[in-house]
Amino acid sequence: MSWLRVHLKMQQGSFELDAQFSAPPLGVTALFGSSGSGKTTLLRCIAGLERAQGWLRVNGEPWQNETTFMPVHKRPLGYVFQEASLFPHLSVRANLEYGYRRIAPALRRVQPEQVIEWLGLDRIIGRGDPASLSGGERQRVAIGRALLVSPELLLMDEPLSALDTQSKQEILPYLERLHRELQIPVLYVSHAMDEVARLADHLVLLQQGKVIASGALGETLARLDLPIAHFDDAGAVIEASVARHDEAYHLTQLDFPGGHLWVGKVDQTAGYRVRARVLARDVSIATQAPQGSSINNILNARIEEIRDEGPDKVIVRMQVGESHMLLSRITRRSRDHLGLVAGMYVCAQVKSVALM
Amino acid sequence: MTPEDLQAVTLTLKLASLTTLVLLCIATPLAWWLAHSRSWYKGLVSALVALPLVLPPTVLGFYLLLLMGPQGAVGELTRALGIGALPFTFAGLVVGSVLFSLPFAVQPIQNAFEAMGKRPLEVAATLRATPWDRFISVALPLARPGFLTAIILAFAHTVGEFGVVLMLGGSIPGETQVLSVAIYTHVEAMEYSEAHWLSGGMVLFSFLVLVGLYRVGGNWSKGAR
Repeated sequence: MSWLRVHLKMQQGSFELDAQFSAPPLGVTALFGSSGSGKTTLLRCIAGLERAQGWLRVNGEPWQNETTFMPVHKRPLGYVFQEASLFPHLSVRANLEYGYRRIAPALRRVQPEQVIEWLGLDRIIGRGDPASLSGGERQRVAIGRALLVSPELLLMDEPLSALDTQSKQEILPYLERLHRELQIPVLYVSHAMDEVARLADHLVLLQQGKVIASGALGETLARLDLPIAHFDDAGAVIEASVARHDEAYHLTQLDFPGGHLWVGKVDQTAGYRVRARVLARDVSIATQAPQGSSINNILNARIEEIRDEGPDKVIVRMQVGESHMLLSRITRRSRDHLGLVAGMYVCAQVKSVALM
Repeated sequence: MTPEDLQAVTLTLKLASLTTLVLLCIATPLAWWLAHSRSWYKGLVSALVALPLVLPPTVLGFYLLLLMGPQGAVGELTRALGIGALPFTFAGLVVGSVLFSLPFAVQPIQNAFEAMGKRPLEVAATLRATPWDRFISVALPLARPGFLTAIILAFAHTVGEFGVVLMLGGSIPGETQVLSVAIYTHVEAMEYSEAHWLSGGMVLFSFLVLVGLYRVGGNWSKGAR
């Protein structure tokens, strides 16, 4: 599991970074936290752009410890900065191939033509001046440029935050595609929960320079002892696959171990993996299966934990199916009226499901 | 124009070209260090580099004369090395010109390095470029306007200098008698028409250089893009 192991410390003015975590070798690990939590600093330390104390091992190789500090250009990483930062004096293609040309041919596992295809760059690759590209196009070139060094680890520092909503929507499908098709572990810094819920597999939570939690996305999002469970947009993530379509009503059934969900029609064949996000505020609880409800998704669940949240609300963590967690935010009065306690079997009514 | 005047013109161009070349070699690393260093004596070095901007050229020339003279520290060194004394030689003029024009070469390049920021170099580092590679493939091209400004200013400033040259080189035709000194000599000898030719040429040259400069860099105090 511990493919990436980090313990880095740094003092920067009054800010102190002391971060320790490990991450699995596959998928996207999100470094999540509010601004000022040190997530970008931590990512820069991992890249070697900042010099921290401590140690860092990637795939068994020490990038940094007491005696060694591997310089940035020797670390087999790719880095996507918040702003695309294309070289203004180079053409779009020269930007894309800048790193590619600097690695030994034997180490080139990704080819420019592949990246152009993956990231839909065919129409802009011939442009001379990167300044003529839109923000989203620039960031796609920057992502392609980082991929073309065939990195063992891809570091992304809020690659979407400098973009407008439209450009974000334009890039997200490409990021998901990379996530699905490329076997490159990614460290993804973000303060946007929707991006994290959509892209991440593993979550590292940062607060004031310290790692307060690290674990699989679904489990960590559902931990009531962490601040994210109490955000307004708190919710659970369910990994499911397309099972069948109801053509007449234009719906699709998603299966996950031990349960299923009906959602609006998904244009994919059976077996396609999708990720569904269910917000805590969209889940209500009934002690017995409701009769005559308009709600399509009523899941059998077992209450695991209930926590007070302010004077009027509580948040409930439930297990559905074999391993998935669901959160529900209800009033304290409902909890008392229904007599909800941990261990009870209930029906979770899901008002809305967002597909990622 | 007399053959002596022509000699003064070629000598001036030779001095300015050589000075600019030497300045580029010295100013580039110095500007890089000044743009990136955070050490406490950076301010000290900046002040030293800028000193020729405010000093009367005669003061600089006077001290250089003492320093490079037979009794000076540099003079003793050059004598020990078998080069002989530098004052009143072409080599001495080059040394003086380089020091005198140093801020005009360092500052535009330093500004250009500072204006590009750390980001392009960091990006290049994450794309496997070694420090030297980053300098050649990223820093130099991005600082190009600063370099052009530095070259033009250093060259033009050397062509126009008078005080340092006179103090350090005197007026030896073919060795140290540059244009400005030649004009001065003409005026002293009441040869106004010769002085007019050379002075008018200088006015035209300086004007053309400045026109070129504003086309290239816009504002030389910014140096970068």
